[in-house]
Amino acid sequence: MTENNLKVTINGREVLCSRNETILDAARKADVNIPTLCYDDRLEPYGGCRLCIVEIKDVPRPVPACTTRVKDGWEVLTETVEVRRMRKNILSLLLSNHPNDCMRCEATGNCALQTYSYEYGVDGDRFAGESWNLPIKDDNPFIVYDPNKCILCGRCVRICNDVVMAGTIEMTGRGFDSKPDTSFGKPRTLDNCEFCGQCVSTCPTGALIDKKGCGKGRAYEMKKVKTTCSYCGTGCSYYLNVKEGEVIKVTSDYEGPVNKGNLCIKGRYGYDFIHSPERITTPIIRKGDKQVEATWDEALDLIAKRFGEILEKSGPSALGGFSSARCSNEENYLLSKLVRTVFKSNNVDCCARV
Amino acid sequence: MAGLATSLGAGAATNSLSQMPDIDTLFLFGSNPTEAHPIVSIYLKQALRKGAKLVVGDPRQTWMARRADVWLNLNPGSNIALLNGIIHVILKKGWENKEFIKNRTEGFNELKKKVKEYTPEKVEKITGVSKERIIEAARLYSQADKAMIVYGLGVTEHQTGTENSMAIANLALVCGHIGRPSTGIMALRGQNNVQGSSDLGPLPATLPGYQSVTDPKLRAKFEQAWGVSLSPEIGLKSVEMLDKAIEKRFKGLFILGEDPAQTDPNAHEVRKALESLEFLVVQDIFHTETSKYAHVILPGASYAEKDGTFTNGERRVQRIRKAIEPVAGMAEWQVICEIATRMGYSMHYEHPSEIMDEIASLVPIYGGISYERLENESLQWPCPDKDHPGTTTLYTDLFSRPGGLAKFMALDHKGPGEKTNREYPLTLITGRVREHYNNGSMTRRVPEILEVRPEELLEMSSEDAKKLKISNGDMVKVLSKRGKIKVRVKITDRSQKGNVFLTFHFPDALTNLLTSEHRDPITGTPEYKACAVKVEK
Ligand code: SF4
Ligand code: SF4
Ligand code: SF4
Repeated sequence: MTENNLKVTINGREVLCSRNETILDAARKADVNIPTLCYDDRLEPYGGCRLCIVEIKDVPRPVPACTTRVKDGWEVLTETVEVRRMRKNILSLLLSNHPNDCMRCEATGNCALQTYSYEYGVDGDRFAGESWNLPIKDDNPFIVYDPNKCILCGRCVRICNDVVMAGTIEMTGRGFDSKPDTSFGKPRTLDNCEFCGQCVSTCPTGALIDKKGCGKGRAYEMKKVKTTCSYCGTGCSYYLNVKEGEVIKVTSDYEGPVNKGNLCIKGRYGYDFIHSPERITTPIIRKGDKQVEATWDEALDLIAKRFGEILEKSGPSALGGFSSARCSNEENYLLSKLVRTVFKSNNVDCCARV
Repeated sequence: MAGLATSLGAGAATNSLSQMPDIDTLFLFGSNPTEAHPIVSIYLKQALRKGAKLVVGDPRQTWMARRADVWLNLNPGSNIALLNGIIHVILKKGWENKEFIKNRTEGFNELKKKVKEYTPEKVEKITGVSKERIIEAARLYSQADKAMIVYGLGVTEHQTGTENSMAIANLALVCGHIGRPSTGIMALRGQNNVQGSSDLGPLPATLPGYQSVTDPKLRAKFEQAWGVSLSPEIGLKSVEMLDKAIEKRFKGLFILGEDPAQTDPNAHEVRKALESLEFLVVQDIFHTETSKYAHVILPGASYAEKDGTFTNGERRVQRIRKAIEPVAGMAEWQVICEIATRMGYSMHYEHPSEIMDEIASLVPIYGGISYERLENESLQWPCPDKDHPGTTTLYTDLFSRPGGLAKFMALDHKGPGEKTNREYPLTLITGRVREHYNNGSMTRRVPEILEVRPEELLEMSSEDAKKLKISNGDMVKVLSKRGKIKVRVKITDRSQKGNVFLTFHFPDALTNLLTSEHRDPITGTPEYKACAVKVEK
């Protein structure tokens, strides 16, 4: 543990920091928001987009907040006229060759470029820059890539190579032509990609999009319900995005204590079973060889009656329950309670404790 | 997990996932986290990028094995021999932590005597791992500062599964690598709530919270809370219930959310047992092999349709939250209350948070947990009271065994229950792939996942394929003494010569028709990880 013994002020607010912390970390402690495009908590700071530049009293030039470590006594100013002007320039430049597509872009409402352009009052001057007209890549079931919307922040490439270590995508080409892509532009398949969607989760624009949620609703229309993944025992948390009673997509919970926004293919894309037409929607009772639909009351009464009869005739040792490592703690507890209090035995077990 | 409970006190991982990036030597045993636990693997990869040394014990050449400093490519089922051999080397070279052994453990002399027999030469013969690799693994692990053993189902899903875990505990204890941040034993579990379901007591010998049913004081506590007298007799394990069902001495069963007719390695016997029951109730979200035998099927609610908690592999209790209404109108907790009440025992809760409050009042390790706290905090048990911050690292000063000392267990190599022979010359290892989950009932209903991974694939080494004149993509038959299935072959260097690999995600290639009937006698966990098969075109 490094000590919090450096005194730093951010816009006049004093915070204590350790020498490992950056100006961005300090600003968060002070509750001051600094705009970033190429920064993601899950990645090593990169300092590429320059949007997070700030001024420090008695330091000649503005510095990027995400890569600069704090020094004792620094007085940091994040909203001076000068840095705001510089940020505006950066955003104008990015918008100059960005497709003017917000109205039907999947990322609207959830796009950092859009948010900052609004905040800094920047218009896309469509005629200023040379614009791309690259084909949209829609070559796999999970991820759509529109290279025209890419602002070259490098986050997708870094998360895929440094965090997932899948090595699926890289920066290809040079200068104006450089773009993140798979090697040789090959389609994403299981041979080269894990379909974890980590690249989508980090992309600050609409360049990388979850195909499954396309056209199903805007970010602001969704009720976001924080929950825990029900697949493996890692216990990643995420948000179920619900619209009109339907789970539309899953989005990262960057504060998740286990996974910090990271997810795998099952957690991010494996939710369709919830609304599967094959779900059992009503109790079913076997009559002879047939299984027929029944009401809850019929089924529950029958269960109570039959279990009751067996209990009376054959005693507690003839009844039991299996619970599941898939069920919640509360359900497991209650099943165990049911068996012990009502069936009056301790015949309760998980089928396979794996 | 019974293994760790015997050696250390609690059947749970000793540390936290977020401590993993600071590991300096990682010993990965019988676990393929890049496939089965992708987000755990992200933490481990972080450690590797920071320069951690890596020892991998796995018969398959996994992603991690490929990057290992030492790959211990052991024969399936030879875990104990290998671990004994490593401890042998450590003791011989004087690399053990004498202080720790003296102050915090018991039973060392028995262990010492036992591992003396396991010379590297002998272990090389049993395990197929070269002597040099065994010595190097012993050196790397014992000499490390922050060393963590991460193990998975490749350790527990053997007939010696419980003993395998004890052997792992032996190794950590000999080196004193336990009870510090980033230093300990992490067991990676298969299903999302294995930890919570063990903690909360659907177990025949223990009341919720590992409290023995044979202890009158503990029973009295529950009797008072539940208002009934409780049976002092240890109940039947699942396997025993099924066996007795075939004998017609066990008659009524409630199965909540499981599919033993598909997932049990002895599917034939299970089906016979289910058929013999007088009354079977199955509650699940989909029709399964098991529900075919039910007299009543009740619709289950998915995790998106109810409030509750899961406890993950690092003892962290986390909320699931109701996002939509239950499709069939009721969630499991409500259904259980209804059944109890209709059978004359009034059970009623307004909300699952009240069930957690009751758990907290009866289960000391969950004593401080409430939904209210979980809104703002993330808590790992033991969390005994409402001011307790939870526990990130277990055993920092005492083990949770009586007396506070950890116990060494002297163990012998037994090998897998079924060995290869001339007729069935290949060892079948079963496991998971990243895209699918368990019996596949959920992931196969995700069209995009099914599109990229539509079918079962038999992974086979190029040597074996050549010998059998099989090419990549061929359809083959895999046969064991018990059954046969048809699958497509994928030739890959992940499989070593003599071993083939299948998952159990696809019902049309029911792997569990092949797997053996051998089980861990202590936990009842089936030996999914080794059986003898042959492959034919
Ligand atoms: S989905 Fe995952 S593996 Fe594939 S390109 Fe994106 S980050 Fe890389
Ligand atoms: S695709 Fe998105 S994340 Fe990747 S470089 Fe472009 S803008 Fe950044
Ligand atoms: S997102 Fe993936 S790694 Fe995380 S809990 Fe779900 S299945 Fe496990």
